[in-house]
Amino acid sequence: MSTGTTTAVRRPGPLGDERGGSGAAARGPFDWKWVVIGACVAFTVYIAMIPLGFLLWQSFRTPQTAAVEAVFTLANYAAAYGSGDTWRLFWTSIRFAAGAAVFAFVLGTVLAWMNERTNTPFKSVFFALSLIPLVIPSILFTVSWILLASPQIGIVNLVLQGWLGLEEPLVDIYSLPGMIWVDGLHYSPMAFLLMSAAFRAMDPSLEESATMSGANIFQVAWRVTLRLTWPAIVATMLILFVRSIESFEVPALLGLPVGIEVFTSAIYQAVHRYPSQVGLASAYAMSLLAITTVGVYFTSTLSRRGSKYATMTGKGFRPRLIDLGSWRWAAAAFFILYFLLIVVLPFAVLLWSSLQRFYAVPSMEALQNLTLDPYRFILSYPNLGRTVLNSLLLSFGAATVVMLVASVVCWIVVKTNYPGRWLLDNLASLPIVFPGLVLGLSIMIFYLNVDIGIYGTIWIMLIAYITRFMPYGLRYSTTSMLQIHKELEESAAMCGASWSTTFRRVVLPLLKPGLVAGWIYVMIVSIRELSTSILLYSPDTQVVSVVIWELWENGQYVELSALGVLFILSLFMLVMAAQWVGRKYGIRE
Amino acid sequence: MLKVDGLCTEYPNDRGEIVRAAQDVSFTVAEGQLFTLLGPSGCGKTTTLRSIAGLERPRAGEISVNGQLVYSSSTGVFVAPNRRGFGMVFQSYAIWPHMTVFENAAFPLQVGDSGSIQRAGSATRTRLTRGDIRERVMRVLTAVHLDALTDREATRLSGGQQQRLALARALVMEPALLLLDEPLSNLDAKLREQMRFELKRLQRELKITTVYVTHDQSEALALSRQIAVMHEGRILQIGSPRDIYERPANQFVADFVGNTNFIDGYVVSAGPAGAGHYRCLRTEIGEVRVTSEHDLRPDERVAISIRPEDVELSETRPAGDNVWEGRVDQKVFLGEAIDFQVRVGPRTLLSRRHPTLRTKIGDAIFVQLNPDKCVVLRAA
Repeated sequence: MSTGTTTAVRRPGPLGDERGGSGAAARGPFDWKWVVIGACVAFTVYIAMIPLGFLLWQSFRTPQTAAVEAVFTLANYAAAYGSGDTWRLFWTSIRFAAGAAVFAFVLGTVLAWMNERTNTPFKSVFFALSLIPLVIPSILFTVSWILLASPQIGIVNLVLQGWLGLEEPLVDIYSLPGMIWVDGLHYSPMAFLLMSAAFRAMDPSLEESATMSGANIFQVAWRVTLRLTWPAIVATMLILFVRSIESFEVPALLGLPVGIEVFTSAIYQAVHRYPSQVGLASAYAMSLLAITTVGVYFTSTLSRRGSKYATMTGKGFRPRLIDLGSWRWAAAAFFILYFLLIVVLPFAVLLWSSLQRFYAVPSMEALQNLTLDPYRFILSYPNLGRTVLNSLLLSFGAATVVMLVASVVCWIVVKTNYPGRWLLDNLASLPIVFPGLVLGLSIMIFYLNVDIGIYGTIWIMLIAYITRFMPYGLRYSTTSMLQIHKELEESAAMCGASWSTTFRRVVLPLLKPGLVAGWIYVMIVSIRELSTSILLYSPDTQVVSVVIWELWENGQYVELSALGVLFILSLFMLVMAAQWVGRKYGIRE
Repeated sequence: MLKVDGLCTEYPNDRGEIVRAAQDVSFTVAEGQLFTLLGPSGCGKTTTLRSIAGLERPRAGEISVNGQLVYSSSTGVFVAPNRRGFGMVFQSYAIWPHMTVFENAAFPLQVGDSGSIQRAGSATRTRLTRGDIRERVMRVLTAVHLDALTDREATRLSGGQQQRLALARALVMEPALLLLDEPLSNLDAKLREQMRFELKRLQRELKITTVYVTHDQSEALALSRQIAVMHEGRILQIGSPRDIYERPANQFVADFVGNTNFIDGYVVSAGPAGAGHYRCLRTEIGEVRVTSEHDLRPDERVAISIRPEDVELSETRPAGDNVWEGRVDQKVFLGEAIDFQVRVGPRTLLSRRHPTLRTKIGDAIFVQLNPDKCVVLRAA
């Protein structure tokens, strides 16, 4: 409310209004409402529009060198789509992403079903453990699987060859199935979490009535449970597909050495060629963007329609568990095997490798040569302190900015009827369609062309992280915001609180569970972030994940392993600490 | 004290259609009175209340309190809700779950120091001291019997306690006007009755001008000095509880406030208005003699409304007019009363009697309608 109309009614009234004399005091304190809202909206629009605009623009430009100005061209698209290679690239990308998505989905769904619906022993322990894989960065997971399953040095291969007496290595991680295996395994915890939520939300009486009709466990699972969770299944599949087609570490580390290219690795190659083929990379990026956009679009329309399915009653119920009989021990064994593959083996192999002077497969002889040298190397690595500080500053900063801006944006979207708020919601969610590498590329192009002095500084990386993770922050805070009854704010207004007071003292505290959860999530994904950082870092602004990448490029495997072990352990402690803080302050029932 | 004049409020619904929630609503509330907006859900009563609060922006009209405008479409005045300094109790109570009982009640004193136009207690911009706040909060918490629970988390209160805390929070800043949005609807029946007396006591003691919104007619009749019955965004009748109940202005009011029997008919003999002048109506059950406050024209279509407690029953034929012989169709025993459905010609009349009347179902019974209690309404 503008002060003008307020003062208009502030005549001394019959209530004994004694303030009439002091005209200055009559004006209330300045309300920051429109400043805060304006700043948040402008920021959201800015970070959402920049990447898309410049990516599009650059895809029509020739490469700029010192000698030649960039001009308009369609040659990038011609080069990108004119040859049969592109169709092979497209086809490989699709096969890789679909394969990884299906593999992750099947694995995650079976585990989720066993965990939510059956009497598998120790499953509460398992649910707690299921969060651990999330702290292992993709690049370390990929490296550890190279150490486990490469044809030459892979431990699994060597062990199996020894047992079976084979000449040839049994598995080859440098192949499309190998890539699918590693990527699918890495995304399976996500499928597990999404499908667990879906199973938990389903009314078990629907399954029970199928059991009463005489169906056995598998008939119930196949004909009732799966069919009813259909919207969740399709949504999960689409998310996994989008994630896989965006993933950079696996294709770069496993695919490039043997010439299997997908879109992400092709973009990276185009940028790192000399002269740098930014236009070509942009042209590739446009089709990657098109694929992810279609995926995200279907996911969102699906989740909108999903509410029509009456399976989610929202009523509290205690699911009746399915008795697996003696199969439950097989189920428990499956859990253990899964945990071995996804956490224990990768971490163990990194730990082993980190204790060697030069990488050697485990043997009695190698056991003699254990050393802490790689750790000494890492701890004396030039600029290590700076690198760690960068990672921490970036992840804390990104998480804080994202959650604060997201809380205002989702307040506008959920709580007001301002015109155009749906557009704001879509804009803030837009970066979700940007694969990390593409986002890094477009931000790089923009700040190269528009020099405001942040290219090569830590600020460009902060902007990139904020852009990339804003949609996730928004989802977390929106879920929380929807649960805040409108009258809780209105009663504050009736008590005389201004908008900013209400926001600070009522909305933010009530939003805290969502904010804390979102903050933890954004912090963790930022600290692991590689695919965006890899195009934006400079020697001064290295982050931990980039150092790991460089060590890999240099072939310093044992040192990489040492850094990886330290990284995973500190991430793990960070998550534990964050969760403890979250439990302590975040959620009050 | 409160004056609402020609208020119109609209808002778009989920599908973007304009809902005309309040149309040409006008009323005044005198100092210290409790005024009730009564009506079925969707009648616009809550919208009207929220417009007074400033939580909805009306499209047209004028609202003033103590002669000061808080909204006027003609001069463009709109005082933000946090500057109006009214107390409000919401239907959901809107108790902040992250604060204790004390913190909830102290909030208005901590934040609302500036510029509210109607606040007697904070005439200057200087903040209240901690001690002042404590004293005033404790005073109001004592008044609602929550003084023993000051440090309890607000979420650990029972429904009745939350309701009283919401009231305390609305009262702590000593507002000029108290707005209550269905404050008792979330309580169970027993508690509701208790809180009804409690509310009436507080309102009387503090002499605070109050606008009360409810859909419960017995609540409205029990609490209010004046009632406005609303339907489809408009006020149909304003009057004292007795007026509304005994002399409803139209069929909707008669039907919504209490139970009633409608008997359709038309006027046979016309005459001037007033008591003692009997007119004759021809109805579905025969000729009925009534008195009327309205001038009636011959052959005008009308409906008679008569409350169940005014439909007299007896097993022997009573003396006087308006007597019919009927047959008992149904009986419902309610404890303190018994409801009879009596078939008279083509109509079934509802009658509420003392339980001593024990006529069996299917037996004959005599029905008598007191002409003074028959309210003649123009047919809709």
